[in-house]
Amino acid sequence: MSDAEAKVEALATGEWGGGSFPYAVGSKKFGMWLFIISDALTFSVLLIAYGYLRLANKNWPEPFEFYPSLVTATVMTLCLLSSSLTMVMAVAARQREDRSATVKWLLATMAGGLAFLVLHANEWLKLIGEGMKPFQNPWGAPLFGASFFTLTGMHMFHVLSGVGFLGVVAVATARAKFTSEDVEICGLYWHFVDLVWMFIFPLVYVMSIHHG
Amino acid sequence: MSHNAAVKHAEPATKLFMWVWIWLLLLTAGEVVLGYEQYPVKLMLTMLMSLSVIKAGLIMAYFMHLRFEKMKLVLTLVPALVIILCLFSIFFFPDSLRLLDLGWGR
Repeated sequence: MSDAEAKVEALATGEWGGGSFPYAVGSKKFGMWLFIISDALTFSVLLIAYGYLRLANKNWPEPFEFYPSLVTATVMTLCLLSSSLTMVMAVAARQREDRSATVKWLLATMAGGLAFLVLHANEWLKLIGEGMKPFQNPWGAPLFGASFFTLTGMHMFHVLSGVGFLGVVAVATARAKFTSEDVEICGLYWHFVDLVWMFIFPLVYVMSIHHG
Repeated sequence: MSHNAAVKHAEPATKLFMWVWIWLLLLTAGEVVLGYEQYPVKLMLTMLMSLSVIKAGLIMAYFMHLRFEKMKLVLTLVPALVIILCLFSIFFFPDSLRLLDLGWGR
């Protein structure tokens, strides 16, 4: 083998030459990570827009009572955190090739997500019932509705998509399809949805408690 | 044989994840207490964001497994996000704190 050929060989099999996975993760998993970073920026922009509007308006509403609003939001946080734990269990079960346990943990994770959605939809309906609209509300700055609905609606949409994603993975796992990496990728997405709520909860709920 | 080894390996990990979950719940409880007490807005925001960043770190490191991945994956993903968030903040905080000191927002 000539010198040039040896160099090409070294490149092709080397870590950055395409011969192996430089990050030691599959391309699907790396793709999910890149999606998560870009999605994190989307949510950051929404949160910063919310914060900016809040400070730029003198009469920003504080419609959340400690009870029931903050207590409900805390229960929702508990649902998401617990569903993250069951997701970790699902990934662990799949890694030791225990498919039936994986499906059970995935279903538990979906239940956590659905409980979150039901509680959140209930919260929305309560606010709408009190007269809150995207550009109008009975308490103060009209843009509160638009920023609140956009931010929490976007998050709800992510939770809903996540529940669907989990369902697909659960069905596929039950039918002996999908690798453990696929379950792990689904888990990454689910934990990310949980992580976003860890910022929405304090910034939107805890910071806006009404103190009569 | 390999199945047993995997189960043995899984037990300490389960315990670790349980502990992370308990810590996340405790930090959330801390945030709820802050919501009940109500401090001045800057102090409140600092405390809440510190707690949230710790929670995000715990979730990323343990639940999302980043602590057990190669460092170069972490270095590819996390600093980019942090730098962009800092750029957002450079534009956000000077203006918003000025508004706050003018007695606008709460």
